[in-house]
Parts: sequence; structure tokens; C-alpha cells
Amino acid sequence: MINMAETIKVGMADLKTCMAPNILTTLGLGSCVGIVLYDPLKKISGLAHIMLPDSTQIRNNDNKAKFADTAIDVLINEMVNMGAKKDRLVAKLAGGAQMFAFSSTNDLMRIGERNVEASKRILNQLGIKILSEDTGANYGRTIEFYSENGDLLIKTIGKDSKII
Amino acid sequence: MSDKMDFNELNEIHIDMLKEIGNIGAGNATTALSQLINKKIDMGVPKVNILEFKDLSEILGGAENPVVGILLNVEGQINGMMMFVLQQSSAHNLVNLLMGRDLDDFTEFTEMDLSALNEIGNIIAGAYLSSLSSLTELKIIASVPYMAMDMAGAILSVPAIEFGKVGDKALLIQTDFGKGKEEVKGYFILIPEMESYNIILNTLGIMG
Repeated sequence: MINMAETIKVGMADLKTCMAPNILTTLGLGSCVGIVLYDPLKKISGLAHIMLPDSTQIRNNDNKAKFADTAIDVLINEMVNMGAKKDRLVAKLAGGAQMFAFSSTNDLMRIGERNVEASKRILNQLGIKILSEDTGANYGRTIEFYSENGDLLIKTIGKDSKII
Repeated sequence: MSDKMDFNELNEIHIDMLKEIGNIGAGNATTALSQLINKKIDMGVPKVNILEFKDLSEILGGAENPVVGILLNVEGQINGMMMFVLQQSSAHNLVNLLMGRDLDDFTEFTEMDLSALNEIGNIIAGAYLSSLSSLTELKIIASVPYMAMDMAGAILSVPAIEFGKVGDKALLIQTDFGKGKEEVKGYFILIPEMESYNIILNTLGIMG
């Protein structure tokens, strides 16, 4: 029997996991960050579309997929339950753009950058290697992660797609 | 009700109030726009939507649909952000009306078009904010407008993140200008900081 690949959509402040040959996608990432975790041996993958760097700074923090810190924890747990090994996990990052060319440089405006910084810091603390990233700049990204081979496809308006 | 509210607790009265502000704001914006293009413009009744983040970009044709967003930072007695969003097709209609061009002209925007769009956004957002200001008698200062054109999801991530700090839903006020081929669907997103939200509701006497 041929196993057809299914594309699983991850919304804003949402996370999903899957196994090969399935594909995880999130559309129109702006200042949010798409965090991909992957066990290359078991071909188990997870994608979180986070909006904010730190759940401890926000009163309303029930939605774990919304924050870099809690989303990564949930992804790891779900993936380990599916048979992934934590030591084998690697990561890829995309998003964290600054969509508007603000002249001011206060924290409110640097949210994309802060989301990327927080994601990297947490992954480093957990000893998860970041294989590649396409972050920052000032444009939106649609991403697709292929559990079969670990490719992360990045699509933008007015530019060629690329695989990281 | 406590004097600190959560965005998720918005009730019918709040929505009616925001609808009314939206109505008056859109009315002012339509008048301003109408003077700008020297032509009468019809306006529909604004629709107020409270949406989950994941559904926010659906209303603008999906997360990958190209839109134009004009964003102003708001300061004074209310702090936050105000955004005016248009589908790219509506932005074309608006620029064509303003420039007196054929309505079927969908050629790429020129520098001049972009600057006109930015100014329209500024006028519309300004009209909306001044309604809010006169209704509440609060001092509101808007920054210069910042414009970006990209996927709806990416543009909306900026206000969504601001909403994300206080809740899991966003508030969108849809206003339709013109009709038929000239139709322009515009969306206002007002994101006061939570404290400012309470100030607005208190000023309007909605919360005790």
C-alpha cells in the first residue's frame, strides 16, 4: 500500500506533530516564529507557531503553543511519546520578521527579533542543535516541513522559494 | 465585574460600544475620503468581529493572501496600536479612484501610489481615532503611519501579538466603502493596552 503524505496545517499560536511521510505547514509567518523539531532517525517531527518569547511575562498564559518556552516543552513531550529520542532532536527556525519599518527601537517593535532570540536560547539550554534558520528581515513566510527528509521549504511573496 | 478585565470577557455592551465607535469613525473616514477623491462614497454598517487568532486572516482571504496594512502607534491617555488593513484588490480600487484611473487597472503600485495609500490610511485611521478621542474625551496622539504589503498572516501577526499578551482573541471592525466595482473593504484593528482598554470603558461609563 502506498502511504500518501498528508499536509497538516499549524495555525497561529498552535502546534502539531507528525511522522513521515507527513508534512507540517504554517502559512504567513510574520513576527511569529515557526519552530521545527525533528528526530531524523524515527522521522518524527513537530512544528510550533509561537507569538511571544516568554510565558512567565504574561498573565494570560494558558495557551502553551503561544510562547517559545512552553511550546518547545510540549513539542518535545509529544514527540517523545511518539517514539522520538530527546537526544536526537534537531531544530530549524523561520520567521521573526519585522513587518513594519518602525523608526523607534523599543521592545514592542522588536518582537520578531525577541521571539527568535528566545527560541534560540531555549533550544541551546536544552542542547538541541539548530541546523538552519531563515529569520529576521521584513517579509512574511509560509513554511513546509517534510518529515521524510527533514527539508524545510520557505515561500515568500515576490522571491524564489528555498529549502533550508 | 472587577475593574481589571480580560479581553475574553467582552460582552454585548462592549461590542455595541465598539461598533458605535467604529460607526462614527468610519463615517468620519468616509467623509474625509470622499473629500479627497471629490466623489460621494457609500458606506456600509461596520461589522464587529471577535476572532480566534487562527481565524483572523481567514476574513482577509487566507493567511497567504496579499494585503496592505497601515499601522499607527497610539500614545497619550490611551496606549496601543491602530491598524487599517485592506485586501490588495481593495487597495487597487482605492488608488485607482484617487488617481482617477480605470478601475480595472491592476498594474503594480508606483511609488506615488504607495505614498497615496499611506496617506489614505493615515486619514482613515486618524478619523477613527479622533472619533474615539471625542467620544471618550481622552487625549490620543497617533504616530506617523507605517505601511507594509505582504501575506495577511504576516501583517496581522503584528497586532495579533499585541492581543496575544492579553488574550486569545482579536477584535476586528470591518467597514465597507463604495459598492460594486468600486467596493473597498477596510478593516480596523484597535489594540489598546489592557490598562487603556479599562480607561476607555470607564470613560464611557460602561464599567462602574
